[in-house]
Amino acid sequence: MIAIENLIFGYHKKEVVLENLNLHLKPGGIYGLLGRNGAGKSSLLHHICGLLFPNSGTCRVADKNPADRSPEFLQQVYLLPEDVYLPNVSIKSYIDIYAPFYPEFNHDLFFKFLTEFEILANGKLQSLSYGQKKKVMISFALATQVKVLLMDEPTNGLDIPSKKQFRKIIAGNVNDDQLMIISTHQVKDLDSLIDSVLILEDKKIILHQSVDQITEKLVFKQVMNLEEVAAPIYSEGALKGYAVVAVNSKHEQSRLDMEMFFNAVQTEKQQILSQFN
Amino acid sequence: MGLSAALSLRKNNCSLHMEFNNTQPIYLQIADYICDKIQLEVWLADQKIPSVRELAVTLEVNPNTVARSYEYLQGQEIIYTRRGMGYFAQANAAQNILKTRRARFMDEELPLLFKKMQLLGIPVSELEQQYQHFIDNQN
Repeated sequence: MIAIENLIFGYHKKEVVLENLNLHLKPGGIYGLLGRNGAGKSSLLHHICGLLFPNSGTCRVADKNPADRSPEFLQQVYLLPEDVYLPNVSIKSYIDIYAPFYPEFNHDLFFKFLTEFEILANGKLQSLSYGQKKKVMISFALATQVKVLLMDEPTNGLDIPSKKQFRKIIAGNVNDDQLMIISTHQVKDLDSLIDSVLILEDKKIILHQSVDQITEKLVFKQVMNLEEVAAPIYSEGALKGYAVVAVNSKHEQSRLDMEMFFNAVQTEKQQILSQFN
Repeated sequence: MGLSAALSLRKNNCSLHMEFNNTQPIYLQIADYICDKIQLEVWLADQKIPSVRELAVTLEVNPNTVARSYEYLQGQEIIYTRRGMGYFAQANAAQNILKTRRARFMDEELPLLFKKMQLLGIPVSELEQQYQHFIDNQN
């Protein structure tokens, strides 16, 4: 569905943001795109939807070149940006104006999502709070039913009950022929939804593994003593003992702690990455 | 509190909110949740259990994770599938759940208990008496 090869991109000639980036993604999954501030997550998403063009290399999405911005392509991809801009119209007219761009747009779903988010459908967009606007846009994004759905920090600005609602809506609506990329810092909000982890660092994707592959190679444990663990790679002191990431030599089953995994990749990059090669 | 009282209490608690723990993989925690429902007879033998999608929404997890739990439970002969009709609790599910849970207790929980006993210097013989005391108090 997405095939990016040797992509190089910089906003200025001297400074590249993405360098020799390679990424191949299949439909039917929810990918979590993790990276530090300024790592280039948004730039990558913008390449996938045709908002930015590579300086060199190729980017193919759904068998099209996003940079051509062909209508057939644009009908199949949707980017939910971190900060949403909405015109001063009613929700109803917004739908009348923008929904026709997406042939698969499902009006019933859109209004169902609004209800689930407890947003009144007869309101004006400008009278909504930041979080409410975000919920309208999340509802719109999911109602488009596009093949490639990109969401940049979707849970930013949502209150606690809405984050729960967001997870329910995603769980209920992801399809096998669809591909979702969610870039996020709020890993705890979304880690039960994410199938595969992508880590963007040093201007490229340094890690692309499914959650199952990660817990096959690494084990996440809580221990009293570090000596209890055979091959620890990274540990964080907790109130009672330690949280540890270790080589999973005994095929133990554990739950991926995505936040700790990300921190482990930051501090013990070579050791972690070598487990996957 | 007797077992039946505990059962009815659990049965009435319909709006079960699931908190996942940090140690076990989510798919096994979901499998446990399903086993609870079957053992407590909230879901009865040869009756349809929620679809993968329905349970994913209830538990706010990726449908692929629930699918993996269902696959695992099929392997343990706790649930079965009828083509195009969904998943059903198996007639002898409760028995198989007990078998699975006993094995898991022996493999996973017991070693941890042994380790703690060793650390605290508690001999196994002392446990027997405590266990008897516990059983007596329940009745």
